[in-house]
Amino acid sequence: MANRVAICAVAQTKFETNRWDARMQGMVWEVVDAVRQQTHLAFGEDGIQAAVTVSDDVFDARTISDSAMTDVVGAHFQSEEKVAADGAQGVYYATSVILSGHHDVVLLAGHCKESQPASRNMVTHLAFDPFYTRPVGLDYLATAAMQAQAYMARSGVTEEQLADLVVRARQWASKNPVAQDNKPLSRQEALASPMLADPIREAFMYPVSDGAVAMILASEQRAAEITDRPIWVTGLGNCHDSFFLGERDLAGNFALQRAAERAYAMAGIDNPKQAFDVVEIADQYAHQLPQYAEGLGLCEAGGGGQWLSDGGPDNDNVNRSGGMLAGNPLMLGGMARMAEAVIQLRGEAGDRQVADAKRAVAQGATGPAGQLQTVVVLES
Amino acid sequence: MKTKNRNVAVIGCGMSKFSSHREEVNQPEMIHEAVVEALEDARLALDDVDCVLHGNMELFEMVHQPDMWHVLGSGAWGKSGIRLTTGGTTGSTLACAADNVVASGLHDVVLAIGFEKLQEGHTTGGITNMADPLWGRGLQTGALTGTTAQQVIEEFGEERAKLAAIKLRTIMDENAMRNAKAHRRLQLDRNHLKDYADTDLRLVGELRMLHMCSQSDGACAVIFASEDKVDAFDANPAWVVDHETVHREETLMFTPEQTTHRAAAERLFARNGVTDPVRDLDVFEVYDPSAWWGLDWMREFLLLEGDEHLRMVENDEIGPDGKIAINPSGGVMASNPIGATALVRVAEAAMQVRGTAGDHQVPGPVRLALASGFGGTLWTVLMLLSKNKPQLGAASHG
Repeated sequence: MANRVAICAVAQTKFETNRWDARMQGMVWEVVDAVRQQTHLAFGEDGIQAAVTVSDDVFDARTISDSAMTDVVGAHFQSEEKVAADGAQGVYYATSVILSGHHDVVLLAGHCKESQPASRNMVTHLAFDPFYTRPVGLDYLATAAMQAQAYMARSGVTEEQLADLVVRARQWASKNPVAQDNKPLSRQEALASPMLADPIREAFMYPVSDGAVAMILASEQRAAEITDRPIWVTGLGNCHDSFFLGERDLAGNFALQRAAERAYAMAGIDNPKQAFDVVEIADQYAHQLPQYAEGLGLCEAGGGGQWLSDGGPDNDNVNRSGGMLAGNPLMLGGMARMAEAVIQLRGEAGDRQVADAKRAVAQGATGPAGQLQTVVVLES
Repeated sequence: MKTKNRNVAVIGCGMSKFSSHREEVNQPEMIHEAVVEALEDARLALDDVDCVLHGNMELFEMVHQPDMWHVLGSGAWGKSGIRLTTGGTTGSTLACAADNVVASGLHDVVLAIGFEKLQEGHTTGGITNMADPLWGRGLQTGALTGTTAQQVIEEFGEERAKLAAIKLRTIMDENAMRNAKAHRRLQLDRNHLKDYADTDLRLVGELRMLHMCSQSDGACAVIFASEDKVDAFDANPAWVVDHETVHREETLMFTPEQTTHRAAAERLFARNGVTDPVRDLDVFEVYDPSAWWGLDWMREFLLLEGDEHLRMVENDEIGPDGKIAINPSGGVMASNPIGATALVRVAEAAMQVRGTAGDHQVPGPVRLALASGFGGTLWTVLMLLSKNKPQLGAASHG
């Protein structure tokens, strides 16, 4: 690679179940203004040269919903390009824009308001084809339940272990000023929460959430002017699995493994078990934490249960942010993981700081049961 | 000062047939038609592709995250990919993104796919829904272009303006008649221009049915490759010289402020030594949602003044053998599968450069071609393609 890309600033809204007080424009302005103030950058050739936004028209209930973002991201007579997938894909694309040489400084801003549609399950139900999969009532929750059934059968991960992950997530989230407020749960309370789609109980699913995340990315040359703590994007990878669930190994990690391999190859990592000081996994559902840990190579395939028993999440500093399980909207789970990784590597994580954090891996997923996986390696 | 990291070329193009109803194929099947044709054009197999870019406008077909379902037809299984959506400019954003992604070094061979299946949704409903729900939705319509008809008439007089617009429409149809993929090929007759202008079904003011773009089903696939891969594949390249994206704030105002069209053209041309667009460009595939916009925007994109654009139409200077060939494909009035349309402009421009446009190939060497995308709140995306490999570092963005 001719150049390196750094994340120079990040900002997140405090994630909440219902941001009734702000339109999407207002939510995004909070984080855009925050990164502007952190970096003292103006909009224009000498500052922020282009914007990459992240959002989804169906969640926003608005065609070309990024047209509401133009003013907010300074794109009046400038460039704005919208990525319609998890914001981790926005990090991927914004990095490529800078590596290409087309721009040096890019503002990345994503938003999603799950409170806005009548039901987020109605939105994800529309991801299914109208001929075979939509008529049987699939949505992302139902597919995740099938994934959980398959994964728990193969790995031996128990419902009790998942309940402990929920308890842990909320404990760490209480130390994260932007994490959604969730009342702490005991293991028993988690196990008693209502069943949504067997085996996924309400407490095992990420809560409904609204929020926005912004980042400033810059070329190596410009990063030094913008911040004294650039966090380098040293590895990137993404990969698609099949669409029809019957064509996938739902208990496996076909896409995540390949995405991770690509990212690790780029970053020169051959031993992921040892390589990372910080790990952030987009666990929309509790079972995805050990499952995706396998896909990232933190433990062997099928070994997620053992990894949990051995204290893997604590040993490997996984999801000190609280993870997606604490509450991020669908389009931002991976992007919030990357924001946390940056905060950790900058040494700005307060009570949840991993000591001497130098290298992190962050993952995001898009589509049913993580069909599209994105992995980013970050280093200070 | 910015320098492009490495050169990128278009090496293959494919399109489904554009039509009002492609009922015999579902979305991934329709996409697959375009992908297969692009691979055949590039003489590649799916294994040669590293990364698949995908885009359309969700609220037309009401499928959330359609790229997931579409891996069946796009070939994205086991591959990298990104989904980008920028309204009508989606297709051109996909092309710019493909250029960025290949130039970045992250991927060597990128397949960009734009599609739309408008018959599976409600197009006007979808477009109306782009307006702000509090302030604009009561006013929004797809027929905005009618106000431009009024402006052009005020500037040049009713008879002259109406004749120029309908003549432009007819020239576009003559081009479409040579394009087997085009959706609407109407066999318009130059002897009936006044008749068309005065009696065709009125939509809004002087915006008439004939002036308006099609509402089409269709998919377009374009393969972009790095310079090394162009050599390795012994490909037929149309080199991507540069691109420019200019958005504007969402309030739709038809005031004399500068257009994004002219701003994008000025910036792109200044960076790339285009000092006389009509002379320097051989082909311009312009995203013309209506004849009135096509006419008005000729002046904006080609940096003309006064009535130069009308005179170019009146003097037949924009045909395949004219001073600058505009939309030899027939343009957007002939075919408009919205998520694909702007990518079709890039594909058609690339085909002209590569000499693969068949029946609608313009004569003579096509050295420099421009493709435009339009969408959102009057946004513009421009891409410049060349027969000659660009010198990296010579054209800087600084």
